[in-house]
Amino acid sequence: MGRYLSKKLAIYLVTFFFAVTLNWLIPRFVPGDPITSLLARFASLEGGKEILQSYFVQTFGLDKPLYAQYIGFWRSLFRGDLGISITRYPAPVMDIIKDAVIYDYIILLPSIVLSWIIGNKLGAVSGVNKKVDNFMMPVFYFLTSSPYFWFALVVSYVFGIVLGIFPTSHAYSATMRPGWNWAFIADFFMHWFMPFLTMFLVQLGGWAIGMRNMIIYETNTNYSKYMESLGASDKLIRNYGFRNGILPQVTGLAISLGTIISGSVLTQVVFSYPGLGYTMVQAIKESDYFLIQGCFLFLILMVLLANFVVDIVYMIIDPRVRHSYSGEV
Amino acid sequence: MKTKSFWKKHENLYFAVSNKKVLLGVFMFVAIILLSLVGPYLTPYDYEEFAGAGYLPPSKDHWFGTTLMGRDVFTRVVYGLRSTLLVGFLAGTIASAIGLVVGFVSGYYSGKAADEGLMMLTNVFMVIPSLAILIILSAYLPYRGIVTQSLIVAATAWPWTARAVRSQTLSLKNQEFVNLSRISGLSTFKILRDDIAANMFSYVFMVYILQFNGTILASVGLEFLGLGPTRGVSLGLVMQNAVNWNALHLGMWWWGLIPGLILTLLIVSLYFINTGLDEVFNPRLREM
Repeated sequence: MGRYLSKKLAIYLVTFFFAVTLNWLIPRFVPGDPITSLLARFASLEGGKEILQSYFVQTFGLDKPLYAQYIGFWRSLFRGDLGISITRYPAPVMDIIKDAVIYDYIILLPSIVLSWIIGNKLGAVSGVNKKVDNFMMPVFYFLTSSPYFWFALVVSYVFGIVLGIFPTSHAYSATMRPGWNWAFIADFFMHWFMPFLTMFLVQLGGWAIGMRNMIIYETNTNYSKYMESLGASDKLIRNYGFRNGILPQVTGLAISLGTIISGSVLTQVVFSYPGLGYTMVQAIKESDYFLIQGCFLFLILMVLLANFVVDIVYMIIDPRVRHSYSGEV
Repeated sequence: MKTKSFWKKHENLYFAVSNKKVLLGVFMFVAIILLSLVGPYLTPYDYEEFAGAGYLPPSKDHWFGTTLMGRDVFTRVVYGLRSTLLVGFLAGTIASAIGLVVGFVSGYYSGKAADEGLMMLTNVFMVIPSLAILIILSAYLPYRGIVTQSLIVAATAWPWTARAVRSQTLSLKNQEFVNLSRISGLSTFKILRDDIAANMFSYVFMVYILQFNGTILASVGLEFLGLGPTRGVSLGLVMQNAVNWNALHLGMWWWGLIPGLILTLLIVSLYFINTGLDEVFNPRLREM
């Protein structure tokens, strides 16, 4: 158990190190010299001179050798200093990200958990019932093949525009003041629903297909046949198959977290939902480099955290890992 | 008599052409490829040209309608499809090649330093959401061509191929015939090529299909964010324009939704081919 976790942690640490290095490297060694253009933009801002002095010399330390610049980058990172946004000057990038991250979590968490649970259940039904299977499978294939942003457009068109039930952009109406009153919560929910539905449905298909195949595979194994010959009910056999099929689905969840979060970036863009993804894309449009880097770093931190949670879940439900019989990573 | 022996020799091919999923998938796939190849000759317009009045729904003159400015959506879609397919194909091929090499080497030298290092790298790349790297790379590149975009997409797409190929290699390399080759003093390259790669052909083929699938999705996502090739038109770009011009709010569903539908059908077709082939290569699944 300890070995399993420590090996996983090592991978995450290396990933984090790698991501930070990449974050430092790209703006410096990519053609087009973004730092120079940044400096030029800052010089025209009010109070830009001071920022030039305090921030650039500190973080970028352009006069220092490369290794010193690199160490400086890490140092300011640990102080929680990600720089200052140019477009929302003088807001620190850290504050902007803190506000944005909440929107990521309220979409991602429910959509991942619910689609995983419901998708697996539907897949299990589909795996044993031929009639349901013939009807459901094309739907699942269609869902899982849909690019997130296209599906977001479809949902937006059907529910937001043709039926006109839900508002098509932003996290709450411009006239609303955030607060703990019913009017705001209802408004917030209406804005939340379509991005959630998009994320939920696209993920659903994949889990259902996976579980369906697992169930079909498990019902053909020797232990299932043996139970059948003993006269066990179909339901009992299916339940055992389900329990065996659930493990690869948890591993599958860990593997697809990156894709899911990429999908949420695109979904947020369609609905102008102000999470990290939307913030990042806006920052790119306005060449707000500090903000781009901050969002990138936090997206990765989010994936690392989510991966770690899935690892722990896996450890809890797999007795082999729990009792350290196997340490496969 | 002659035909019978042909099918006997190519048993897999027989099961492939008699598998409904493969047939349907191949049919859809070929239709979409043909659309991208022939489409540009079917339309009298150019993709940047203002072909008629704006805001026209699909009709005989404009099969997929026109945009707000009067560009022909069909023309833009078929040209865009070309670019997107090309990027997906190039990126998928490069990514599969990298993944294969890493997977083979790592699997063959499992437990050694080379394997540990490569697997660490693979795991790191698997954890990082590829779109985030893609966005940050593309954002800093002022000019991006089709080849650049393919390379960027491929750079983040290879890890799971590497992992899948590695585990296959691991299970193959301790088989007796591989040991025999090793005892006979065959070079590592020859063992990898003749004993291991040859036995994984079907598996690799399916991995390639999925890889193509993934790279198309990744590149369309980038294009949709406006980070695709800087010149020309692509499927993602058509949809980005539609969103930027509020096409859906104006009721112009043909502009925003048709390009994505074609893309989705393309991906569905690849999934069908993949699951169908799984049944072809894996007789146990075939019986079900």
